[in-house]
Amino acid sequence: MSESKLKRVDLIFGEYSSVKFKVLADTLKRSNEDILEDLTESGLKGRGGAGFPTAIKWKYAAETPSKEKYVICNADEGEPGTFKDREILTRVPRKVFSGMAICGKVIGAQKGFIYLRGEYQFLMPELKRELEQYNEHMSKMGFDFPIEIVLGSGAYICGEESALFESMEGYRGEPRNKPPFPTTYGYMGKPTVINNVETFVNVVMIMRLGPIQFKLLGTSDSRGSKVFSVSGDTPIPGIYELELGMPLEKFVEEFGDGDTKAVQVGGAAGFCVPRKKFTETVIGFEGVPTGGSMMLFNSSRSMYNVLHNYLEFFEEESCGQCTPCRVGCQQLRKGIVAVKKGDKQSLYLDQLMKLAESMKISAKCGLGQSVANSFSSIVYNFREEMIY
Amino acid sequence: MSKKINLTIDGIQVSVDEGTTILDAASKLNIHIPTLCYHEDLCVAGNCRVCVVEQENSRTLPAACAMPVAEGMLIHTNSGKVRVARKHIVELLLSEHNADCTKCYKNGICELQSLASQMLTGDHMFLDLVPDKRYTIDRFNSAIIKDDSRCIRCQRCVRTCEELQSVSALGVAYRGNKMKISTFFEHPLFEVVCTNCGQCVNRCPTGALIERNYVDQVWDAIYDTSKHVVVQTAPAVRIALGETLGFAPGKIVTGKMVTALKRLGFDAVLDTDFAADLTIIEEGHELLERLKSALVDKDPRVALPMATSCSPGWVKFLEHTFPELLPNLSTCKSPQQMFGALVKTYYAKKKKLDPKNVVSVSIMPCTAKKFEADRPEMRSSGYKDVDYVLTTRELAIMITQAGLEFEKLPDSHFDSIMGASTGAAVIFGTTGGVMEAAIRTVYELVTGRDVPFEDLNITPVRGTEGEVREATLLITKTKPEFRFLEGVELKCVVANGLAYAKQVMQNVKDGTASYHFIEIMACPGGCLGGGGQPIPTNKEIRAKRKEAIYKEDMGMPLRKSHDNPDVQEIYKDFLVKPLGHKSHELLHTHYTPRKRY
Ligand SMILES: Cc1cc2nc3c(=O)[nH]c(=O)nc-3n(C[C@H](O)[C@H](O)[C@H](O)COP(=O)(O)O)c2cc1C
Ligand code: SF4
Ligand code: SF4
Ligand code: SF4
Ligand code: SF4
Ligand code: FES
Repeated sequence: MSESKLKRVDLIFGEYSSVKFKVLADTLKRSNEDILEDLTESGLKGRGGAGFPTAIKWKYAAETPSKEKYVICNADEGEPGTFKDREILTRVPRKVFSGMAICGKVIGAQKGFIYLRGEYQFLMPELKRELEQYNEHMSKMGFDFPIEIVLGSGAYICGEESALFESMEGYRGEPRNKPPFPTTYGYMGKPTVINNVETFVNVVMIMRLGPIQFKLLGTSDSRGSKVFSVSGDTPIPGIYELELGMPLEKFVEEFGDGDTKAVQVGGAAGFCVPRKKFTETVIGFEGVPTGGSMMLFNSSRSMYNVLHNYLEFFEEESCGQCTPCRVGCQQLRKGIVAVKKGDKQSLYLDQLMKLAESMKISAKCGLGQSVANSFSSIVYNFREEMIY
Repeated sequence: MSKKINLTIDGIQVSVDEGTTILDAASKLNIHIPTLCYHEDLCVAGNCRVCVVEQENSRTLPAACAMPVAEGMLIHTNSGKVRVARKHIVELLLSEHNADCTKCYKNGICELQSLASQMLTGDHMFLDLVPDKRYTIDRFNSAIIKDDSRCIRCQRCVRTCEELQSVSALGVAYRGNKMKISTFFEHPLFEVVCTNCGQCVNRCPTGALIERNYVDQVWDAIYDTSKHVVVQTAPAVRIALGETLGFAPGKIVTGKMVTALKRLGFDAVLDTDFAADLTIIEEGHELLERLKSALVDKDPRVALPMATSCSPGWVKFLEHTFPELLPNLSTCKSPQQMFGALVKTYYAKKKKLDPKNVVSVSIMPCTAKKFEADRPEMRSSGYKDVDYVLTTRELAIMITQAGLEFEKLPDSHFDSIMGASTGAAVIFGTTGGVMEAAIRTVYELVTGRDVPFEDLNITPVRGTEGEVREATLLITKTKPEFRFLEGVELKCVVANGLAYAKQVMQNVKDGTASYHFIEIMACPGGCLGGGGQPIPTNKEIRAKRKEAIYKEDMGMPLRKSHDNPDVQEIYKDFLVKPLGHKSHELLHTHYTPRKRY
């Protein structure tokens, strides 16, 4: 393997202080305005996929008057092939709790929840032990921000924030209409900040290093580092923390097996980048965003099969409430099968591309809206593989 | 005053109240955005996406029904993007849909069909998904048929059953491509808590939820010369039937309806109103009897408050939800079933007919009446008391089939006997009506005087949609035999829609409310908003029907049930006295506790 060309970062997993909960204790002493200013300055964007600026989200929630507010950590991690949130919760749970408590202070929430993917139940005992320590420290500091862990219901869609609230409230996990957004009408109809596990950890690191230091990492559109789950045709699969804004070419040089023909950035909901676009593609919000999943495919892979798998996933994991997504996913999957089998002419692929475009703009939530990402990028770049 | 928001829709500026949706703002400009999952009676779902519009500077197309207006919004309801997306959406719905319209009950009155024809669909844009679906039809119910192959999953039914009726018999099952509208463990409707109220049927935009129709059976009976076919028509039918046959909502078409029924070939066209008045006499006496047992005999077993029992959806709801409160339900049958029992006994005898050759048909605003007629208890005459129940909609179908130009029909009168009516019976069709009719009679029985309200209009008990109405009536200067009621404040409560009924009964159960008399109608607005009424039924239309009912009441020469001459005659001739032996045999019933699941 060639020499490491990408800068490894140790922000998320690194020890952040020799004194337990020191950053939390220091931050809780600061004013909310101060904290928000640092957060704004840092340019931090959410790590759950959509990349919404965290400072703005918190500010909205802080400004909404309500006696009850909530902080929720989204640890549903349902994207196939991603397990970085699990890793974070295993290795640095205190950073997660600290980030949530800081958020609770800033927005004026009384309680936090970690919505933990059902399959991660095995993390519970250790997380609970860690929570006890956290609680002990909080009471020592004279703060009260209890955090509770709720187990997810096992559906991918429950990672979508409003479906997650529904699920927590005991209903079927169906996304809500937006607006109203969670910062005004979230869990139990109360103002809620929901962030990804990694986002909360980033907050803590910004509090520790200061925004200037944090901004040294990444690019102007994509500040900081990111934890990636690298999988597929790579000799070194695993979890890596890397700087954002890296060119895909570099990434492939480091992680590829020498025969990489495409990289799926961001999982099933993400984009497929073919070899000829590696040089021009940047990993980050200015280029191809990712929740962390990086899947490499070498020339032995059938992109038709890859796409078929994704569509099968969506077809089953759509909540099924809205037309474009429920029926659209079925049509896309069956459509490529029909083209492959010769039941439909190859021109039908263009019809399907238009359908995918309609789904992108008319589906009710991010799931249906994102199917077109993988569909269109794969069909566009590997059209022959779809037909022959 | 609420804040005004300025926005531009299709180049036209409009100023609307904050919180208005794009859909409503557009309709102010007479721009009609198509909808499917939206229904004004229900909370917004935003799931069909048919109503998407383009919003400048937005990545996605918002759903007009779910998106509140915002200052400076620039909306296009008919842009290229919108047209393509909308067409795709309708085509997608159709690709999942068993669209053999000519075999469908909703052909011609289906919202999906009319949208499809508007969009000029039909070029098989996408693959047909139906062959791979294992759609099922639930035909096991006497009132409602659920055909999943025609369901567009708009969840109007789910929201209806949960929000308006608090029954939740229908829910969403499974995800993704398997997502469907289902019942508890996918049991057939007749095995679950469904009350057969038909509110979901009334709101289903397609042929997925329909009433089980008995049109052909009724025609067969009419054509069978050996049969004497008697038809009764419920109070709420005459104020809504016109809507399906060319009239605006709120038109009273009693006379034309009677003519039409005669022209269809029914041997006798009679009036459920007669039985409604009879119900008041029986139920009024039952109430007094219960009050006497409680106040004079101090009998601890007597169940008070007493609740009305004329709404079969409500009866089944109570059987499932509060079986322990069944003793509180009046033992009176509903007017339909009283009528049915009398048709094959009293009427047959009077008309010298063999009851076995009498077919009794009823026209009802209700689907639950179909279930009620099928109850095993409802065979007091020795036969099935009511053979076929048709909804207002089914009657309209028969009239259309017969080629009658309804608008031009002359008026005619109900036949006799059992054809006379009063204003008290007419108001059975609206929430609060049974209560008002009962009080008009009971008060006079007890005091010998008219109720102390101008024109007999007891407005305090006139129910309203979306609320529980409570009222008290002070009883003074009683007749000697009703001394025990002297100075008593009669506490009444009126509720419509099962969600409100549940509130009332929960309070009764918890002992947090003390009433004497409860009137419940299962449907929003009462029978005028029944599940068997013309589609669409919505708030505005219900209000017009209600107005018509009270107008009809005011126009009747007789306004009190005990003044009904046919009722007076039947007591003289046949029943002898209220709550007498014959009454118990024919006019009263019992109930069955049922499980919640
Ligand atoms: C179908 C779907 C699944 C999602 N799953 C997750 C998830 O597992 N974890 C997560 O953090 N965000 C997930 N999201 C994004 C969340 O809705 C939400 O945007 C995110 O939790 C916000 O956190 P952030 O601002 O820190 O990124 C999902 C979104 C969709 C549409
Ligand atoms: S886009 Fe898909 S997952 Fe989202 S609401 Fe619609 S059907 Fe459900
Ligand atoms: S539900 Fe509507 S579109 Fe479907 S078959 Fe019936 S009439 Fe046709
Ligand atoms: S049964 Fe009717 S109302 Fe219910 S979801 Fe299907 S189409 Fe909609
Ligand atoms: S008939 Fe009434 S109770 Fe039954 S499913 Fe429909 S709305 Fe619910
Ligand atoms: S009518 Fe607006 S989404 Fe269905």
